Amino acid sequence: MPALTSRRDERPNVTFVNRSVETDALTSSQSDPVVPLRHPVRLAIAIVLVIVAAGVAWDVAMNRGYRWDVVAQYVFAPRIISGAALTVGLTIVAMAIGIVFGTILAIMRLSANPIFRVIAGAYVWFFRGTPVLVQLIFWYNIAALYPVIVLGLPFGGPGIVIGSANVLIAPITAALLGLSLNEAAYMAEIIRSGIGAVDRGQYDAARALGMNGRLLMSRIVLPQAMRVVIPPTGNEIISMLKGTSLVSVLAISDLLYSAQIIYAANYQIIPLLIVASLWYLAMTSVLSFFQGKLERRYGRGFDVRTSRSRRWPLRKAS
Amino acid sequence: MATQKGIMNTAMVQAIGVRKQFGSTEILKGIDLTVERGSVTCLIGPSGSGKTTFLRCINHLEKVSAGRLYVDQELVGYEERNGLLHEKKEKDTARARMSAGMVFQRFNLFPHMTVLENIIEAPTRVAGRPKRDVIPEAQKLLERVGLGDRGMAYPQELSGGQQQRIAIARALAMKPKLMLFDEPTSALDPELVGEVLEVMQALAETGMTMVVVTHELGFARQVGDHVVFMDAGVVVESGSPDDVFNSPQHARTQAFLSKVL
Repeated sequence: MPALTSRRDERPNVTFVNRSVETDALTSSQSDPVVPLRHPVRLAIAIVLVIVAAGVAWDVAMNRGYRWDVVAQYVFAPRIISGAALTVGLTIVAMAIGIVFGTILAIMRLSANPIFRVIAGAYVWFFRGTPVLVQLIFWYNIAALYPVIVLGLPFGGPGIVIGSANVLIAPITAALLGLSLNEAAYMAEIIRSGIGAVDRGQYDAARALGMNGRLLMSRIVLPQAMRVVIPPTGNEIISMLKGTSLVSVLAISDLLYSAQIIYAANYQIIPLLIVASLWYLAMTSVLSFFQGKLERRYGRGFDVRTSRSRRWPLRKAS
Repeated sequence: MATQKGIMNTAMVQAIGVRKQFGSTEILKGIDLTVERGSVTCLIGPSGSGKTTFLRCINHLEKVSAGRLYVDQELVGYEERNGLLHEKKEKDTARARMSAGMVFQRFNLFPHMTVLENIIEAPTRVAGRPKRDVIPEAQKLLERVGLGDRGMAYPQELSGGQQQRIAIARALAMKPKLMLFDEPTSALDPELVGEVLEVMQALAETGMTMVVVTHELGFARQVGDHVVFMDAGVVVESGSPDDVFNSPQHARTQAFLSKVL
């Protein structure tokens, strides 16, 4: 600290000697007293907002309808914890399938082969165009259309019976099918835009070196697409985490359904919805935190100069 | 300059009536051109004259619409069977591209890889050679372009001139028989042009066959064995640098040179 203050004392002398009078007024701001610009309106709005927030907090705390005692009682209830775990599990599996399948669809959509393009286009059109809730209920009721699942030739040809649809498509299978197939359509579009953002010159350079097909995609294009793909994918994961609450209609004991079961018995609807929301909020907060970290890392690795110039002023200020 | 030996035997690149169309626009209107083994051929001409397109055709980054283009006596992009041209499979074209190295105007280094990774990528992944053989070679190439200490840097940390020298090293790592340069100094700050041209001149002195699309007429005059002036999709004039620069025969060549020189 003493070193820092003494250096600050020296600086005005140097600038006074070397610089002209006009620039001096700007550069030696550390020594000359400056009256900062005031923001009276900003201050007034801030005061009003603090008062409003305090009022809301007071009401939330004092309104007996919220039943904070019940919230506290259930927030770590085993049923809620296992529901939250199932929600996390569904999110991970559905996202993993969605990302892998979505990548394949994106590459198909950009393929030179028109058959692949049409198939991927039709898939995205259908699964993005129908509500995921409808898809979930559809898979759940697939046995109504196809009571027996058969692997065989179409138009009533011979085939091998795999099993009863009711047994094979359990609620959890229906949930995963619905969520992941729907997610794949969205991920396909995200990854397609990421691939589209890669400079055409990269393709030329890779082709000129003898690369093509799988090598060109996996080594050159997809790694560069990542930078563009990660932010919206983080969004999708958060969206999926909350979206899994839709599976409560299939009587799967995820977080929301677990809360519903409890309030169906004790009629404490609001407190249990608060319990579920607190868990969703906590889990999405963790995801947001990691998304931010991942974005910064990929952004820095890619454009070295801009991230450095952004960091330097910060270091100077501290 | 062309020797008296049989042209088909010595030519590295032989173009016979090469045409290229994009939709209804014809960019190349029948190019006849021979690039001798071990020679430096410079393509000059106004922008839009088809120089870059022709260069990309040599490496089959663009499909030839008509005519024949041979690289090292092999037909580019097609196979001739029973007097008909059959399109080659993408995999075979990719393999054929390995015989020519290419350097681009905008460098096109892979930004997510270090300099060393850029250079060893194709030899290891495409040619399937072991890393322990390729890395010392890559290091030697880096030293050859004067950047022996920058192997661990990322492309964005380097100047344009350094990036272009790395791009040359990357192309050389595949041990090409032919090097194609597409306006290699056009995207560079003026003070960085010299370092790239020096590397190219040194490469020419090793006997590498080079085709260079360039606006650097000084380089074409000094290093080129053969200068080809193109305009509006045709070869207007070609010959030794001395012939083309000092006594251009064609009015269009004269007009272009009077504007540029």
